[in-house]
Amino acid sequence: MATIHLEMRNITKAFPGMKALDSVNLTVNNQEIHAIVGENGAGKSTLMKVLSGVHPHGTFEGEIIFNGNVCSFANIKDSEKLGIVIIHQELALIPFLSIAENIFLGNERAVNGVINWNKSIVEANKLLDKVGLKDNSTTLVENIGVGKQQLVEIAKALSKEAKLLILDEPTAALNDDESNKLLSLLLELKKKGITSILISHKLNEIEKIADAITIIRDGRVIDNLHKSTDIIDEERIIKSMVGREITDLYPARSPQLGDEIFRVENWTVFHPEHADTIAIDNINFNVKKGEVVGFAGLMGAGRTEIAMSLFGKSWGKKHSGKIYKEGKQILLNSVSDAIENKIAYVTEDRKSYGLILINNIMKNLTLASLRFFSRINIINKNQEVLTSGEYLTKLNIKCSGLKQKVEDLSGGNQQKVVLGKWIMADPDILILDEPTRGIDVGAKFEIYTIINDLVKKGKSVIMISSEMPELLGMCDRIYIIAEGCIAGELTAKKASQESIMKCIITHSRKRGI
Amino acid sequence: MIIALVFIMILFQILTSGILLKPMNITNLILQNSYVLILSVGMLLAIITGNIDLSVGSVVAFVGALAAVMMVTLKVPVPIAVMISLLVGLGAGAFQGLFIAYFKIPPFIVTLAGMLLFRGLTMVVLKGQTLAPFPESFQLIAAGYFPGQDVKIAGLNVVAIIVGIILSVIFIIFELNKRRNMAKFGFELLPISFEISKWFITVCAINALTIGLAAYNGIPLVLVLLVVIIIVYTFITQKTIAGRHIYALGGNVKAARLSGVKTKKIMFWVYANVGLLAAVAGLVVAGRLNAATPKAGNMFELDAIAACFIGGASASGGIGTVIGAIVGGLVMGILNNGMSIMGVSVDWQQVIKGIVLLGAVCFDVYTKNKTGSK
Repeated sequence: MATIHLEMRNITKAFPGMKALDSVNLTVNNQEIHAIVGENGAGKSTLMKVLSGVHPHGTFEGEIIFNGNVCSFANIKDSEKLGIVIIHQELALIPFLSIAENIFLGNERAVNGVINWNKSIVEANKLLDKVGLKDNSTTLVENIGVGKQQLVEIAKALSKEAKLLILDEPTAALNDDESNKLLSLLLELKKKGITSILISHKLNEIEKIADAITIIRDGRVIDNLHKSTDIIDEERIIKSMVGREITDLYPARSPQLGDEIFRVENWTVFHPEHADTIAIDNINFNVKKGEVVGFAGLMGAGRTEIAMSLFGKSWGKKHSGKIYKEGKQILLNSVSDAIENKIAYVTEDRKSYGLILINNIMKNLTLASLRFFSRINIINKNQEVLTSGEYLTKLNIKCSGLKQKVEDLSGGNQQKVVLGKWIMADPDILILDEPTRGIDVGAKFEIYTIINDLVKKGKSVIMISSEMPELLGMCDRIYIIAEGCIAGELTAKKASQESIMKCIITHSRKRGI
Repeated sequence: MIIALVFIMILFQILTSGILLKPMNITNLILQNSYVLILSVGMLLAIITGNIDLSVGSVVAFVGALAAVMMVTLKVPVPIAVMISLLVGLGAGAFQGLFIAYFKIPPFIVTLAGMLLFRGLTMVVLKGQTLAPFPESFQLIAAGYFPGQDVKIAGLNVVAIIVGIILSVIFIIFELNKRRNMAKFGFELLPISFEISKWFITVCAINALTIGLAAYNGIPLVLVLLVVIIIVYTFITQKTIAGRHIYALGGNVKAARLSGVKTKKIMFWVYANVGLLAAVAGLVVAGRLNAATPKAGNMFELDAIAACFIGGASASGGIGTVIGAIVGGLVMGILNNGMSIMGVSVDWQQVIKGIVLLGAVCFDVYTKNKTGSK
């Protein structure tokens, strides 16, 4: 029987307005690969942040016992000292430094602040050997691929004498070959006495290498599976991952679908930085008048990228394919083209891409519709105040007045401002990207009501969301996006959380790992 | 910020025992500072986008040099030479705007290069020499006065007094019109007593200035030019779509782009415009000195930048007004002038100006944080 390496007991972590973790217990044995699975926002990352000291001791309830000792980490350095090293999904390497420099960054082989380069390089080479990377340690990180960068991250972790390695979606950006290499490296490290915690959406990878699986949903542990005692069953995992009852309320709507208003054919886009990578692969879809169409998929599936690339080529390079509106082909080369063709996109990241935070509510609301209030480019301020005032009431934005800065508003009210901005632009097709992310239940309901009002007036909505109950509650039809492709299409009747998840998983299986 | 300006005016009025606001000195203040004020209007737009323009001083010199070559050496008629000079300034700005907007080179670097480039070209054009004198009609731009200089009653220039009264009437008609429009839309109006006291103060200020000017030589032409520029650019920044787009771009370029703001086009025209206003300032400087020298406009960019920041513009972009920049420029100008009258040496003047700049921006940042946290 293996000994217990790590135990997290009754971990509860609350953020203002929500409980991210609710008495979570996690037991990881020595020399095992322990997988944690769950939907977006289930609490996996929060749990790992608690473990690694990003959320310091005292900001959560419960205790962490590592190698038999109770730990209280004040920061990441404390947990690293004990050998708990986390590798984030977004790699934290500095592209203009060499592999060796990156490995020892913050942990330099130095005497009195002077770096011993010979020692650094020799040790870096040893580490690279361990992770099976054959590149020279003086190569700049920007010149190696993502797969190799992932290996450098692991080498960096090993340099800190890691005992417990936490990997957050390590294969998300890797191709099949690279993924396989990485997975076999984990198995090899296991033999050398290193325990790993693997967070992944890819169930086939987990089946292949995990010794134990913990399934988290809504901040609670739903299920534990051990390879030695249980049969690892995909159906069971999926059911545990998504098996939530739809308890949220969605305002009722009787859909009145008209003719097709929007159609995209063979839309293909290349990645803006990796010029040879096809990021969006031959997408075809259509939207009818008065329809709410959902885009389901896991994080990083390419949903936002599809929406932004269609919205005036705001994302990606080398766009090809055709866009039709009301049967006529349209060209959308810039955002203003899209606005003129009555297409609007409400971003998922309202603070960075949606709002001018230092400006007041009125200026944010009218930014995309100034032409409605102007003659020969001169703004009629009185008209502007009048119309924005109407939107304030219509959308029930809680504020001290039009002159309040949007940075002082709550998340839900900020979201309503962004939404209001695009409703004001009078679009026929409104693309909503995670329209209810990070806002409370009351505001969510209001936003759903606004969406229903819009489609009632004959507008069409494309809704991107990671919250499946929301899609199921709101949409007439759902496209499932996986790895930049459309993996499937389901009508509201046929769609369920299980069928969507199954569609995603069979898609990545088809691509083969 | 206007309170700070009034405070500094009163302070130096006392410290210089009344010399600061003597009629001759008021006129002097305007003549001395007009070009920095013109430059700060252009600079302000660049600062609203979150950047700066380091090249304006060199463009001032370059345009002055070209104007001198055209008028003094080649005897080109004044109106044509002025037009060409303005176009060259616009071109210099557009050249830099091209690199900034379309080749995505950081404005700091492009305008640093521009600063060297146009300073160098100035010396090439002038062959290192000073060119003078300009035709008299050209000198008038910077040193001339409104016609009717000799019509005086009790030692006061009648034209200046009349202009003051006309401006006051126009101002009040404008305000009344605004009020009527707001009433038409059914908005809540400010109490009329409050508005009237506001109008009264403004009318007093306008007439105090014109009377002050009337007691000397009348209204300087360069003041007319300055007022026109202030009105035009206040209008552009506050009332037009283009102006709103500049602020939006400075506040959050990504959000602005996704809202249909043509960010490249805006950046290009902002920098082209800085060049145009630098050319205007260049002509004023040349006319005032009545010569084009290789050293003209040296460090003007820093005065213009300081004026904008003292006037409440934000270094991270999206915040600032034309009036603010003008007030900031006047604060610096009065400091200069007041200290010179008091006989403070140039070295200590620099020290004090540095402290004022730092203090003004600290005050600004501090008060903004306070209002932001409530």
